[in-house]
Amino acid sequence: MMRAEFDHLADAVCQPVGGVDRVTLYYSAESSDFIRFNKAAVRQATHVSQQYGTVSVVAGARQASSRVALTGDRATDVEGLLAERALLIGELPLVPDDAFLLLPAEVLSTERETAGQLPSAAELIHAVVSHAAGTDLVGFYAGGPVARGFADSRGQRNWHRVESFHFEWCLYRSGDQAVKSAYAGNHWDEATFAAKVAAAREQVELLAHRRRALPPGEYRVYFSPVAVADLLSTLSWGGFGHKDVQTGISTLIQAHRGEAAFHPSIFLVEDTANGIAPRFQADGFVKPDAVPLVAAGRVADTLVSPRSAKEYGCKANGSHAGESPEALSMAGGSLHPADALAALDTGVYISDLHYLNYSDRQACRMTGMTRFACFWVEDGKLVAPISAMRFDDSLLRMFGSGLLGLTQVPELVPDSATYEERHLRSVTAPGALVEGFRFTL
Amino acid sequence: MHSFEELVRKAAPAADYWSARWVSETSEQLVVRRDVAQAPQRQRDAGVMLSVVHDGALGYSATSDLSESGLRRAFSNAMELARVSAGRSVFDYREADLPRASGGYRSPNDKPAAELSLAQKFDLLHEVCDSANLGDAIVDRAASLWTTHTEQLYLTPDGGRIEQAWDFVVPGITAVASAGGDTQVRSAAGQYNGFCQQGGLEVLERAGFAQDGSRVAREALELVHAPNCPQGEMDVILMPDQMMLQIHESIGHPLELDRILGDERNFAGTSFVTLDMFGHYRYGSDLLNVSYAPDMPAQFASFSFDDEGAAASREWIIRHGILQRPLGGTVSQARARHLRPGIEGVATTRACSWNRPPIDRMGNLNVEPGDSTLQDMISSIDHGVLMRTNSSWSIDDSRNKFQFGCEYGRMIRGGKLAEVVKRPNYRGISSAFWRSLAMVGDAGTFEVMGTPYCGKGEPNQVIRVGHAAPACKFTNASVFGGAR
Repeated sequence: MMRAEFDHLADAVCQPVGGVDRVTLYYSAESSDFIRFNKAAVRQATHVSQQYGTVSVVAGARQASSRVALTGDRATDVEGLLAERALLIGELPLVPDDAFLLLPAEVLSTERETAGQLPSAAELIHAVVSHAAGTDLVGFYAGGPVARGFADSRGQRNWHRVESFHFEWCLYRSGDQAVKSAYAGNHWDEATFAAKVAAAREQVELLAHRRRALPPGEYRVYFSPVAVADLLSTLSWGGFGHKDVQTGISTLIQAHRGEAAFHPSIFLVEDTANGIAPRFQADGFVKPDAVPLVAAGRVADTLVSPRSAKEYGCKANGSHAGESPEALSMAGGSLHPADALAALDTGVYISDLHYLNYSDRQACRMTGMTRFACFWVEDGKLVAPISAMRFDDSLLRMFGSGLLGLTQVPELVPDSATYEERHLRSVTAPGALVEGFRFTL
Repeated sequence: MHSFEELVRKAAPAADYWSARWVSETSEQLVVRRDVAQAPQRQRDAGVMLSVVHDGALGYSATSDLSESGLRRAFSNAMELARVSAGRSVFDYREADLPRASGGYRSPNDKPAAELSLAQKFDLLHEVCDSANLGDAIVDRAASLWTTHTEQLYLTPDGGRIEQAWDFVVPGITAVASAGGDTQVRSAAGQYNGFCQQGGLEVLERAGFAQDGSRVAREALELVHAPNCPQGEMDVILMPDQMMLQIHESIGHPLELDRILGDERNFAGTSFVTLDMFGHYRYGSDLLNVSYAPDMPAQFASFSFDDEGAAASREWIIRHGILQRPLGGTVSQARARHLRPGIEGVATTRACSWNRPPIDRMGNLNVEPGDSTLQDMISSIDHGVLMRTNSSWSIDDSRNKFQFGCEYGRMIRGGKLAEVVKRPNYRGISSAFWRSLAMVGDAGTFEVMGTPYCGKGEPNQVIRVGHAAPACKFTNASVFGGAR
């Protein structure tokens, strides 16, 4: 999974071929250690080495694509990809014209490599067993190099390779009472991990106070940056895509129609330059540094995939087909994080949310649960942990008329998802103080 | 040239146990949206997951390099992970006595999808998409077809050899209607493919795929002109394409043994169910009978062996409302017996593909039919709502406090179906809700559904599960609608 291997495949496959206008190759690979823990002991330790190449051929308005597992052996993989390319070329006459097919006009090559210092499985397990001894730690470590590449027969080459890790864990006290922590980056430092575990050991003792059951109703709440990132991740699911706006199913459709707006202090940007996702997508479009999505509370641009650009007559801005952000960033406000509880005064501190979904997509109304270390707060002090509560509220209201303040420095929250492969998305978010948050059950 | 099996057996290390699970999968996804065909998406995937039990610890290694050197390297990785986990594992995996079985499975497939050419499949999708064009108020419409063929070979010491092959068919139809400032989405059986089965083109016939486009679009138009579902406590009838979600979230997940054992607490969550409940806990009313049914013909998660190599058989999970056994395979059962001697489970430990280790999953989890006709159920309700087709789902960490939404509702007034309502939602607590089960539909209301998208596990896995159910009536549910 080095650049040289990708170049070798690209040079072999992405050559001009008779009867075909363009050949492209999208490459995705990783060599990952996945180690999961329960009760501070190893539950499953797995190493996964995987590489995929998606070869695509285009003739006129016809395109066919195939994603193929690669073996890592250059000769075998070139042979496999060329065979797949030949199959696709043979199939093209059976494929109808795609009126909305759009490919990049410019040739834009990019490269980003981030080397890292990662623990071996033995070092990682030793660290957990040593520093979390005697705790009920349940967690998951994912680490190793991840690569993405794009090449086409015009000579464009895009490369993204990062050596990184992401470790998320909970220290459980009892039942569903736990403190969640995370440590992610490129350079593993055992002392930093140990300090985070030690801090969690202290925090989990706060859960020893008798739990307070809150009746449903409206509450003044403080959302941690992680909780805000959860809300924004849900908003990313159907909130910003151009097609969704055009067909009226965008969850921000009320804002697009001028019927609702966020608070003037809300700025949301697809901040590719400061995120951790690749700068290119699978068709070879290169993303701009930033796409403003909400400015001063008003919806701004949308995420436009090549297909939407052709279909709706606008300019593509590097979005993938699903038109969801990969580096969404919310600007901070003026509230110092150390003053957040004092500003909350009396209400609920929400560290984590769980299982969010829309209950009314047209109204941008979301439902979900509080999770882990959430507390009832009085006079700016944590008083008691709360039982898990269900909420149902409009994000436009929460971050509109309900918004009281945002903390100063947003935190980057990398996406820990590993469906099919390790994901490279992130959300950057500040903490948020909100009035009238609606608990329902 | 050596066969893959020969290479594996040659490369396998001297260990307490090892396994090799080779998976090969080919798939094709076709979409026609607004009468425009999108580029066909093909996939050819193949690789192997190796496991080694050494010194009581378990290590896994997955690779797509199926050469002898690749297999040796992967076995070495698995052995190394077992070695560094030894003495630091949650369990001595030797105690699980992992199976070394032989056997096979093959999906029913009366009319293989390959009998249709690519052009014919696109023609079908064009027809279905076109049939959903009921005028300008239909602002978007799409028809899709996703076919997959999967082969799996599971090898264990002493000649253990399990060969299974599946064919999956997932049709989809979606229509979006917009009028009067509102937009409504209606789908054939859920926007996330609630109608999905094993088989060939006969699955499309069972789905009524070729004729269903206009119904979907018509109902989208009905919804966009309909009032919101009212709020209040009332009886509800859930049709099978919502029952599948209700079963999945509030019976399936809480009964997964790895959740009960705490493995998922960092991600998917824990469970309100504890090991001491099995055998006597009243999960639902007397009418609730839930089966684990890996032998259900054509259901999405039918198989003969799970991915730990254990033979799968039909078992009662809930019988006359009483909890019987959890959804957990060989390793989880062995771990649980340390805490609750004698507890049993079902063979349902599965992986989504070659690159993920197996964990406890649902398989086919079904509510068995009762003896009420749909008309009986409707007639029994003075004020209530019938809900179809899941559109929203959320439930807490312990699988207690849920809130679900559907695409399509019909009010029931005075024992008769009345007006269509949009955005029907309901919320409740799992056990209280299942105890309010008042009528269970007969075989005439029973439908075989499922989902291709059950997410769980670290590393994350999306897996296929099946849920068949009749229509069911629940009393005094907390129902509500949309904002406007």
